[in-house]
Amino acid sequence: MHFQEDESVRMVRQTVRDFAEKHIRPDMMVWDEAQHFPVDVFKGLGELGLMGVLVPESYGGSGFGYYEYAAAIEELAKVCGSIGLSMAAHNSLCTGHIMQFGNEEQKQRWLPKLAIAEWIGAWGLTEANTGSDALRMKCVAKKEGNEWVLNGAKNWITHGISGDIAVVLARTGDLLDSHGITAFVVERGTPGFSGGKKENKLGMRASETSEMIFQDCRIPEENVLGNIGDGFIQAMKVLDGGRISIAALSLGIAKGAYEAALKYSKEREQFGQPISNFQAIAFKLADMTTKIEAAELLIQESCDLKNKGKNVNKVSAMAKYYASEVSVFCANEAVQIFGGYGYTKDFPVEKFYRDCKLCTIGEGTSEIQKLVISRAILKD
Amino acid sequence: MKVLVCMSVVPDTTTKITFTENNTHFNKDGVQFIINPYDELAITRGLELAEANSGSVTVVHVGPAENEASIRKALSMGVTDAIRIDALAIDAQFVAEQIAEIAHGYDLILTGRESIDYNGGAVCGLLGALLNIPSANVVTEINYADGTFSFTRDIDGGREMLSCKGPVVASAQKDLCEPRIPNMRGIMAARTKPLQVLPPKDLINASQVSSYESPAPKSGVKLIDPSNAQELIHILRNELKVI
Repeated sequence: MHFQEDESVRMVRQTVRDFAEKHIRPDMMVWDEAQHFPVDVFKGLGELGLMGVLVPESYGGSGFGYYEYAAAIEELAKVCGSIGLSMAAHNSLCTGHIMQFGNEEQKQRWLPKLAIAEWIGAWGLTEANTGSDALRMKCVAKKEGNEWVLNGAKNWITHGISGDIAVVLARTGDLLDSHGITAFVVERGTPGFSGGKKENKLGMRASETSEMIFQDCRIPEENVLGNIGDGFIQAMKVLDGGRISIAALSLGIAKGAYEAALKYSKEREQFGQPISNFQAIAFKLADMTTKIEAAELLIQESCDLKNKGKNVNKVSAMAKYYASEVSVFCANEAVQIFGGYGYTKDFPVEKFYRDCKLCTIGEGTSEIQKLVISRAILKD
Repeated sequence: MKVLVCMSVVPDTTTKITFTENNTHFNKDGVQFIINPYDELAITRGLELAEANSGSVTVVHVGPAENEASIRKALSMGVTDAIRIDALAIDAQFVAEQIAEIAHGYDLILTGRESIDYNGGAVCGLLGALLNIPSANVVTEINYADGTFSFTRDIDGGREMLSCKGPVVASAQKDLCEPRIPNMRGIMAARTKPLQVLPPKDLINASQVSSYESPAPKSGVKLIDPSNAQELIHILRNELKVI
């Protein structure tokens, strides 16, 4: 395990911090209010190489490992969770799926565009009635000649409208058959593929979440990722890595809220002294920083295992579960420390408080993470 | 075009400054160090000029090995290679003399207008004198065309435009450019870019720090009603003794 970050991780953090302070912090509350997804910021992150952090250099990516990747998401989330979430979804879900399961021709075709954010990626597993219960998905693909015809809708999709390319999981076999689902790549502009309703969310409002609709959408055979029927297994593996992203996102929000509360508690005076002098406040800060460090260690362990190509199923679920709950805890305590000011949009903790809740829900709820962890420890 | 940029490493701007050893040494404990912000501008403009003229940029730093993380950051911004002169930077004269030893063969030498820790602002002029080349201090614009460098300086009540052939040394002021943010590829490449460590030239210290002293803490603001000018005059004359 790494307790001392290496130089490249520190440099990635500094780059993301500098970018976020310059290009995100000044406008983030405007985007939040308007639910505006800032595509130009995304392109800027792409120019820096942050949209293909894990993509090998041979495919136009940055070629870094999970330490640098998690650090980048964390630093973005310290400022704006929405941008961190969008970066996570683009990198680990859409790009990650193609990188892990695409053939050489598919990687050459799509990864270079995704790695520099020339194309924005989306990933479609969830449907209106099937969240955690993905095996009951209704979106169906039927083979007609050399093409697959896709019908159905996907919901809660990050970049469902703005995405230039989507990896879509659809039924190609029997209901509840874990080998009855296949992954397809659908490019924007394909007839029958359209964006649907954009969700009006509590938090993460600058990250676009919407429906993707497929009506007789014809997909060429060469857009199938891996083998027919392997889609569900692939998706579970993609989500194993994706959990590290959401854990890092959670950690960034928790740190952002904690750092804001720590600073405020030293400046805000009541009864003639800074409120940090009171144990009621100091103990909250002690709880926050202890939980943050514990979450960070779980994330580092997940990154370490992932970099070594080892199974991260249990550890990444633990990291995601714990870090997301810590983020909700810290944001809640931060608002409490700020008092009435924390309840206003004039201070950053109000936004952290709204953004953090996504982390215990998206890419597998806390309850599903506990299911994954308990299954892993009970199977032996 | 060959560009040399002189780089200092300074405490982060949010550092709480304290001293040790009977106020004779700066306390580095827990301090985050960064590239001097004015030097970041010099590096960025140096890179822009070198990139437009098929050139290269070398950074030189006088300092200990612990500052190599900041040198790597400069390399990640796009700098070609780096030289570290392995000595503690004692004062501007010491730094300038060390750099002058290696500053030959460059068309343009850049420094920041000053380092934000000791604020000497003297290295640019000293280098010009030591190398016997022109120097332009505190420049807000640098351009290059047909073998000639042109500089703009802000001066009292206006701007001054200068031009000369290289080699020339100039110091970077705030509006020169926007500092470049290193990209992922640059960070990856910086790991393997050449960083040469040279022994310092043997010099006798021209100066010595006797002691440091922190500025007096800011006192509270006293508000005086605009209609009560007599009280204001009384305070200024009798309490503060400034009039």
